[in-house]
Amino acid sequence: MNAPSNDARGDLRPDDEPPTLDDGSQNKGEAEASGSLWHDAWRRLAKNRLAVFGAGVLALLTLACVFGPLFSSYRYDAQDLMLGASAPSAAHWLGTDTLGRDLFVRLLVGGRISLGVGLCATLVALVIGVVYGAVAGFAGGRVDTLMMRIVDIMYALPFTIFVILLMVFFGRNIVLLFVAIGAVEWLTMARIVRDQILSLKKMEFIEAAQVLGLGRRRILFRHMIPNALGPIIVYTTLTIPAVMLLEAFLSFLGLGVQPPLSSWGVLIKDGAEKMEEFWWLLFFPGGLFSLTLFSLNFLGDGLRDALDIRSAKD
Amino acid sequence: MLPFILRRTLQIAVVLWVIITATFFMIRFVPGGPFTAEKAVTPEILRNLEAHYGLDRPLWQQYLDYMGKLVLHGDLGPSFKYASRSVNEIIADKLPVSLELGALALGVALAVGLPLGLVAAVRRNTLLDYLCSSVAMLGICVPTFVLGPLLVLFFAIKLGWTNASGWYGPGDRVLPALTLGLVYAAYVARLTRGGILEVLGQDYIRTARAKGASAARILWQHALRGGLLPVVSFLGPAIAGILTGSFVIETIFQIPGLGREFVQSAFNRDYTLVLGTVILYATLIVVLNLAVDIAQVWLNPRRKFE
Repeated sequence: MNAPSNDARGDLRPDDEPPTLDDGSQNKGEAEASGSLWHDAWRRLAKNRLAVFGAGVLALLTLACVFGPLFSSYRYDAQDLMLGASAPSAAHWLGTDTLGRDLFVRLLVGGRISLGVGLCATLVALVIGVVYGAVAGFAGGRVDTLMMRIVDIMYALPFTIFVILLMVFFGRNIVLLFVAIGAVEWLTMARIVRDQILSLKKMEFIEAAQVLGLGRRRILFRHMIPNALGPIIVYTTLTIPAVMLLEAFLSFLGLGVQPPLSSWGVLIKDGAEKMEEFWWLLFFPGGLFSLTLFSLNFLGDGLRDALDIRSAKD
Repeated sequence: MLPFILRRTLQIAVVLWVIITATFFMIRFVPGGPFTAEKAVTPEILRNLEAHYGLDRPLWQQYLDYMGKLVLHGDLGPSFKYASRSVNEIIADKLPVSLELGALALGVALAVGLPLGLVAAVRRNTLLDYLCSSVAMLGICVPTFVLGPLLVLFFAIKLGWTNASGWYGPGDRVLPALTLGLVYAAYVARLTRGGILEVLGQDYIRTARAKGASAARILWQHALRGGLLPVVSFLGPAIAGILTGSFVIETIFQIPGLGREFVQSAFNRDYTLVLGTVILYATLIVVLNLAVDIAQVWLNPRRKFE
């Protein structure tokens, strides 16, 4: 069965015997729970108003940032020096900056960068963290001890400092930004996945898979990682705001994307410099950024409650 | 306990050595140098400058030289940008400012976060709890570089209570410390609430209750010690975050601290100053983490020194 395995398990009710041994081994572990786990989680999530609100805001924001600028009569880099900075009005809903550029369009275009960096860097962190944690947990013994000791040590390092150095020295390169941020944020993910794999290893369905003679790689990728999906999803959701925060932090120090492109961090930086006369330049970017972080955190917390995952951070 | 500390100290030494070496070579393989940014210097002057600072010798020799001076004398070398000033002098000049800011911020984080979390835990699922939890969420989602300018706009510019920037009187400490501390206060509050709630559900609390201990006694005598464990383990990352977070705070409030100096030195390619600051911050963070680990075992006897 090639469908994502959570769906596959969702289809199989415990009462009808699994058609193939492969699916059977997956089904045995949490026979009762797995059929309804995702279903229940979904229901719990839908009841959590804050989480639904967060998901809604995020969906709306993403759509607006991706498609919004296409429908606007202003370009994000079109200057109107005669106009200069103007307060919100019917022509410019959120006002204009000191170069007369429409703030609303700049916010949407900046959102593409901020959300894009958030997603891509999180993806980098996700891949590194899951593979590292899974290998450590699966290998066990000395390899595990060594790998996790390395993670412990890296936890204690001032990585932000290195990201700053990287950005200063190698230029403000967006791809580098993704990789640098992703490389910083994978540690917690690695710990979580490793703990999951360790506890899954003792489950009967994994034993069954081994008895059936399935390969190690197959057991790891087809049977263990899909079962660790819950915590992975939750921490992915919670990593995105952390990543966006780091990107904005760098942008604020003048190390983010370069003009005329902008991210929310850059806009906040500009706004903070000019807030005394032009309050809207700080209020709207700051507000939108905070709203996004709110939504992501609410959604992440909601997912954690819905999937009933204990905090693995301490 | 002693073997634990010894082993960790050894580990710290190795980690610091790796950091120093990696940073040393990384900054050398980067385009540009400390003297290229200046207005064009003639090749002769450039050669003289490089000879003066020993930059003309082979890299490995410079490295050995640097390490030797660092280990034997704690000497971080001369700054390339500030003529005739040593990195040690600059750090001695700027570090106290950053440390004061960090300590104040940590104080704010604990003084605001702990009570909020405690109230939220004790009055669980009441209006008070929701209020505290919402305030905490607000702190997490409004980053320092938004909160800082907003506070300046309101308290300094509109109300005129404090200066918008600078670092002279005690009044200048208020806004920066609040800005940096409130974010961590939010995390502390959340962790306190979670930790206390978890402990309150445990058997020994029920036993205490069955023995007729008062609610206050249960909280202060029994729940607090275990409930604060998550907060203590968070202190390690919090200290690291406060130290690096002060880069932004020092920029917003124009504070003459080491954080601003570090970012500036990276732009200036001031090799020795970059390296010195990285070494200092790394040492601070790693040592403080060790202190947090020791505190954790002390609070929780079940956790052994591994």
